[in-house]
Amino acid sequence: MSMHEDALRRASSQAGLDRRTLLKTLGVGAVAMAGVPLLAGCTGGTAPSASGGAKTVTFGSGSSDEVPKAAYKAVTDAFEKKSGAKVSTNVVPHNDFQNKINTYLQGSPDDSFTWFAGYRMQYYADKGLLAPIDDVWEKIGGNYSEALKKASTGADGKMYLVPNYNYPWGFFYRKSLWAEKGYQVPKTFDELTALSKKMQGDGLIPIEFADKDGWPAMGTFDYLNMRLNGYKFHMDLTAHKESWDQKKVSDVFDTWKALLPYQNPNALGMTWQDSAKNLGDKKSGMYLLGSFLTQQYTDKTVADDIDFFPFPEIAMEGQDAIEAPIDGLLLSKKGGQNQAAKDFLAYLGTPEGQDVYASVDSANIATAKGADTSKFSPLNKKMADAISNAKSISQFFDRDALPAMANNVMIPALQSFIKDGNVDVKNLEAQAKSLYAAQ
Amino acid sequence: MSTSNTTAAGAQSTARAPAGRVRRMSRRDKWILGFMVGVPTLIQLVLVWIPTLLSAALSFTRWNGLSLADIKGAGLENYRFIANDYPPFWPAVQHNVLWLVFLSLIATPLGLLLAILLDQNIRGTRIYQSIFFTPVMLSLALIGVIWQLFYNRDSGLLNFLLGTAGTPQAVDWFGDSSVNIWAALVAATWRHAGYVMILYLAGLKGVDPTLREAAQIDGANATQTFFRVIFPAMRPVNVIVIVITVIESLRAFDIVYVINRGTNGLELISALVIQNLVGEGQVIGVGSALAVILLVISLVPITFYLSRAFGKDKEA
Repeated sequence: MSMHEDALRRASSQAGLDRRTLLKTLGVGAVAMAGVPLLAGCTGGTAPSASGGAKTVTFGSGSSDEVPKAAYKAVTDAFEKKSGAKVSTNVVPHNDFQNKINTYLQGSPDDSFTWFAGYRMQYYADKGLLAPIDDVWEKIGGNYSEALKKASTGADGKMYLVPNYNYPWGFFYRKSLWAEKGYQVPKTFDELTALSKKMQGDGLIPIEFADKDGWPAMGTFDYLNMRLNGYKFHMDLTAHKESWDQKKVSDVFDTWKALLPYQNPNALGMTWQDSAKNLGDKKSGMYLLGSFLTQQYTDKTVADDIDFFPFPEIAMEGQDAIEAPIDGLLLSKKGGQNQAAKDFLAYLGTPEGQDVYASVDSANIATAKGADTSKFSPLNKKMADAISNAKSISQFFDRDALPAMANNVMIPALQSFIKDGNVDVKNLEAQAKSLYAAQ
Repeated sequence: MSTSNTTAAGAQSTARAPAGRVRRMSRRDKWILGFMVGVPTLIQLVLVWIPTLLSAALSFTRWNGLSLADIKGAGLENYRFIANDYPPFWPAVQHNVLWLVFLSLIATPLGLLLAILLDQNIRGTRIYQSIFFTPVMLSLALIGVIWQLFYNRDSGLLNFLLGTAGTPQAVDWFGDSSVNIWAALVAATWRHAGYVMILYLAGLKGVDPTLREAAQIDGANATQTFFRVIFPAMRPVNVIVIVITVIESLRAFDIVYVINRGTNGLELISALVIQNLVGEGQVIGVGSALAVILLVISLVPITFYLSRAFGKDKEA
């Protein structure tokens, strides 16, 4: 909050910006009255830095939580020491940062800012609001796997993102429970359903599930879709190059129906934290979620007892694709003219820079090859291997698709599917058509 | 907001009447008058009317929210989309109607009942008043926490009292789409009744005690006194309460938003407006169209109220 006030104060002290900010606020205020103060806070977040020869980089960060904030601080400090440039960081609460990104990018964005791979990145690149960084990638390209490079590329084939870390989605379970009951990691979908059946017989909820917030169910949809129809179809469907009204999509839901009886029947009233508790208490057998799940277990004996396996294969591409949302840095259009900003991005694309970040925030997996893995827990190591062995990395539905499609269409559709097993793919297509046309 | 504006306007017009009779105003008076009328009008114009009109205009377009050049006309497409292709819309309308019915039949009479009871000068009436009014003042986040404690499936008070906590029969008050609207309505009643209670308490205090005495001398019993004499005497308060009840049920938003952001059985028009206008799932055209629909519906009770308020001025 204090960052906001700070940003507001700076905005009002910049006379040159006032009219523009005011006009913008007015225009957007027309459609989102509630957001006005926040919008002003975001657009006014930077001071003009490119002027003068001083090597200054402005850095807009949506990593407002304690640990990531400190981690980025460590990175900027290390970069300042190394390069002699000055980094001025502007931290915005992450929900606001994400929600106001439109206005932020059109106002006076910072040179570099935190964002993630996926549709939204490509969309802003398309609109010319980002600066391509192929020259940076020439320096750091060797640090990244092919899958990460693919995820950092815009629709025009140019590079835009420098990945910092990612976190995989997969099944998590308690080793001790599985050892006690003699469960084996399932490799195929049939094995998964057989295992679930067995767990149900043992009085467990086989697959933990929570969808009160709407988004967690997208993980199940993504994996079923990728395993049934392949990574490319997932990307094309989320970019709406493929129609929703086709058999491939209905097949995903039909396959899911085989899984529904094994997922927690109370999912619609639960948050993922509730589900995490059930898994920790050994009330349920396994849980498909992102690795942020593990942060929930503060008891070390439980945390050390958690293990991970990738989503079993179904019909296509084995287990080649993994859902592992990538967070990293982008350059705004303005930042493209600032060599120091490019150097900053390049620094984060080195094992050295990522080690500095990971030394503070160890919950995620560094993306650069050669980053220090000696401090990894066995679980982290396993997840890192799963990512580096993957041929393609998807970003999770709400990052790969138009946000309105994810928020306004998929959440209600998936919730009603969970409720009664029905989904109207024709209607999904009708909505998708209308929403993507508005972009 | 509209209530205070109109009463202020009403007060102004009555205050101006004697000045008009004198028919002379100094230049300074004119300046001050112009200033005092002009500034609120300007603020109203900038903060309310211009955004409203722009929003109405945007509801006929498609816009990605980026540059102004990207605005494309869409005719009635957004409205067609909402009516035909947008699954949450009709449930939202139904829920708003249910909200209105529930508040008018349960919450508002409950508030009136509380007011009558607390008007009897029972001991500790101030304390009761404060207790019943507290929900009106609580913040959104706090309300969320309170009802979570009450309704939680596994550890909530309600399931505990029903003896079903921790068993498979436990009712999922927030997650089960056939019961969560009722759970939300109870929470809404909890707030609304306190609000109505305060209004009626003030109304009851304002009723001339001689009316009550006269009714008693004429041999009316307590029920008759209330329904034949006191209640009709509170007509101004009644009108305000009706309008507030209608407006509250149209803009009902916070409780469903803290529960699950207005999805899965808790759709309300206002929640859909927010979902489509603010945040990542922004679809400006559709969101604006929803806002216009909500505005048009809201205009009905507002017009009703204004016509009553001004109509009464004329009578006087």
